[in-house]
Amino acid sequence: MKGVLDRVAIVGAGCCKFGENFLQSRYDLIIDAVYEALEDARIELKDIQAVWVSTQHEMGGASIVSDALKLGNIPISRCENFCSSGTDTFRNACFAVAAGMYDRVLVVGYEKVKDMAVRGLPTPPFGWGGHPILFADAPPVSFAFAATKYMEKYGVDRTPLAKVSVKNHHNGSLTPKAFLQREVTLEQVLSAPLVAWPLGLFDCCGVADGAAAVIITRREIAKSFRDNFITVRGIGLSMSVARPMERPDYEYIGFTETEIAAMQAYEQAGITNPRKEIDCAEVHDCFSITEIINYEDLHFCERGQGWRFINDGISTLEGELPVNMDGGLKCFGHPVGATGLRMIYEIYKQLQGKCERRQVKNAQTGLAHTLGGVPRNSCVVILSN
Amino acid sequence: MAGIIAYGAYVPKYRLSRDLIAHAWNSSSIGGEKAVAGYDEDTVTMAIEAATDCLATNPSSLVDGLFFASTTAPYKEKLCSTLMATVLDLRRDIITSDFSNSLRAGTNAFKAAIDAIDSKTAKQILVAATEARLGAAQSEFEQNSGDAAAALLFGHANTIANIVGSFSVSDEFTDNWRMERDTFVKSWDSRFANVYGYTSSISGAVSVVLEKYNFTPKDFAKLVLYANNPREQADMAKKLGFDTKTQLSDPLFTTVGNAGAALAPLMLIAALEQSKAGDRILWVSYGEGAHAFILEVTPDIAKMKGRRGVKYYIDSKTMLPTYQKYVQFRELMTTEEAKVFPSPSSIPLFWRDKKSFLAFYGSKCKRCSLIMHPVQRICYRCHSKDEYEEVKLARSGKVFTYAEDYLADVPVLPQISATIDLDDGTRVFLRLSECEAQNPSDPPRKIGMPVEMTFRKLSDTSGFRNYYWKAKPPRGGIA
Repeated sequence: MKGVLDRVAIVGAGCCKFGENFLQSRYDLIIDAVYEALEDARIELKDIQAVWVSTQHEMGGASIVSDALKLGNIPISRCENFCSSGTDTFRNACFAVAAGMYDRVLVVGYEKVKDMAVRGLPTPPFGWGGHPILFADAPPVSFAFAATKYMEKYGVDRTPLAKVSVKNHHNGSLTPKAFLQREVTLEQVLSAPLVAWPLGLFDCCGVADGAAAVIITRREIAKSFRDNFITVRGIGLSMSVARPMERPDYEYIGFTETEIAAMQAYEQAGITNPRKEIDCAEVHDCFSITEIINYEDLHFCERGQGWRFINDGISTLEGELPVNMDGGLKCFGHPVGATGLRMIYEIYKQLQGKCERRQVKNAQTGLAHTLGGVPRNSCVVILSN
Repeated sequence: MAGIIAYGAYVPKYRLSRDLIAHAWNSSSIGGEKAVAGYDEDTVTMAIEAATDCLATNPSSLVDGLFFASTTAPYKEKLCSTLMATVLDLRRDIITSDFSNSLRAGTNAFKAAIDAIDSKTAKQILVAATEARLGAAQSEFEQNSGDAAAALLFGHANTIANIVGSFSVSDEFTDNWRMERDTFVKSWDSRFANVYGYTSSISGAVSVVLEKYNFTPKDFAKLVLYANNPREQADMAKKLGFDTKTQLSDPLFTTVGNAGAALAPLMLIAALEQSKAGDRILWVSYGEGAHAFILEVTPDIAKMKGRRGVKYYIDSKTMLPTYQKYVQFRELMTTEEAKVFPSPSSIPLFWRDKKSFLAFYGSKCKRCSLIMHPVQRICYRCHSKDEYEEVKLARSGKVFTYAEDYLADVPVLPQISATIDLDDGTRVFLRLSECEAQNPSDPPRKIGMPVEMTFRKLSDTSGFRNYYWKAKPPRGGIA
């Protein structure tokens, strides 16, 4: 299954400042991200032929983007797929370009959550199980299940998990647009209040407002926009067969969704040794444990070695395979609909060498990975310069 | 002749020392402890526990009727007996009825069951009396009351005790009461109630039943006598001519408390647990009159060995550490609203899936034998479509993995959720009840922990009571 996606290139990207943006409406977030992308691509709004919108929580999200930009009379669609909404929306837009239907497509993801006095993420009607008693346990619980099993299986304590948070807080401190820009110590992480044992406050990503956007075109005409365009090399997407907590025989060791999505993307991109061939990665660190398991599922290391991967410093900015250079979901913030596109924004900038203090040397191929649901799905995107 | 085929009891795990209540209000303690329903329990869930104990060896398909008795039913309008019958997986062609509004709601239901058996309109009737009454803060009743349930299966064959006689009196009297909107039990002057209510009704019923069936107090091994407290019980027994040292039943006052409509049946079960074949028991309940029943224990009483009953449940307990914890459990204080997204419930959703969620069934694939819960039309493993049979799931299993949620919207934190492997191999996702949080720096201690299933209240989301099954460590096991 060789991909058709390498016919597609990114020629512009934008991202607003993520955080508790009490001064900004959902429209402001969208406008900031989209206009930065347009300026980056050196085109105007009127040049856009079609729009794909990613938002998880807002029904009618396509019309919100139209309202924000006063953009009409062209196709605008919304796509939703849990926390993979951003990457999957990007994937669908890429198909439209690869098919030759459009030359200038805007992909924008946003989420406005801080207008509500609630913590955590919104819950769909009847909970995540679609039934009031297949309950709506908060996401930390679902991922704590994996942490508990991981700790038992490999005999590790909460320390490697905490090290992921320390690393991502350090990276966040180097990222001006990140929500959380303060370093934390291992002791702070370990002694923080519990959210869902074994996960504490610093094991959980920051829920934030935010929007991110990219502009894509056919690769063969990308040079007319800019010299340093970024090529899409592969995108994989996988949905699991059932919720992990009820899936018969599921061992809770690794998230199958990620592994399958990664294999699809690696095959399209011709990647056989991800540890060597991927120069930097933005992965779904919704919780500290998730990043450790991601290392294993993405084949950055062997099964059961993820905790050593973080202990040995392999994923730091100076390490062999830097992960979550911009602070990840943990510190950049996690407005669900925007997250996948925020990752693509960061990889795009890394591959163009524009990341200043957090720049990875000689980054040529990067990976963006989202994990959606409890979890249920994963989307993996491979980009090269 | 109608009789009791089996009994079952339930006393919640949690107990509150009356000294803690007294300490909270700087008042004097009446001593002992009271049983306190957990925050996820109500009279229906307690009744189901007692009924499950009662039906342990009796096929539920033989039950022809179910009566629910309580003054503290979760609903003013809507039967609890139909809900119980569905959870207990009884047949549809049975009679169901709720008895309420009186301390003798329990024995009213028993009387109706006995009459139905005697008149041959039913062969077996299950009756559950259950209570969780609240006393106002600082009141004597706050210390006095306790929560519990008792279930008796009535029939005419294979009985452990036969009802050889009964007599009832009906008296208009306002002793304890609650009006339409009252949460807490009210009472008038206790001396007035004792003399003209309790004493008058009890002696009226007992004197006639003894005379009618030609017995004297000496003919009884036990007097099982409802009373508001031990002194009232002893005084009454003496007046009736019984020896308080050898004949009087345990009023369960220091261990359970006044469990209202469930108290007399609970005391009877405690007495039956210590009875032998041939024992004669006089069983007397009270409430706007009184019922007196004469029972004779049969050799089949030996079959009740291994039943949980009252003793097992009284002996396995966890003391609440503070009065505040009791306030939290019974939701007696208005607390800050949880800052979580509202997630509505739905009556059609519950109704449609009642086999899965109330009776706790799963689907077993006819091709590959995989069992899934809730019932699934397409098999996860072999993808067979609509080739399954509905099967009752195992009621015990082991924790596979778990999490302890400190931000959940429930009265007592953390809320512990788990993935569980049932003994029949089914993987289910449930919350844990009656389970303490672990030390955060310890390794995962609950993986592999044995659990049993228990039917519990989840919430009152969307204005009706949402119930589902939870898992809990066996009582007296790891907590």
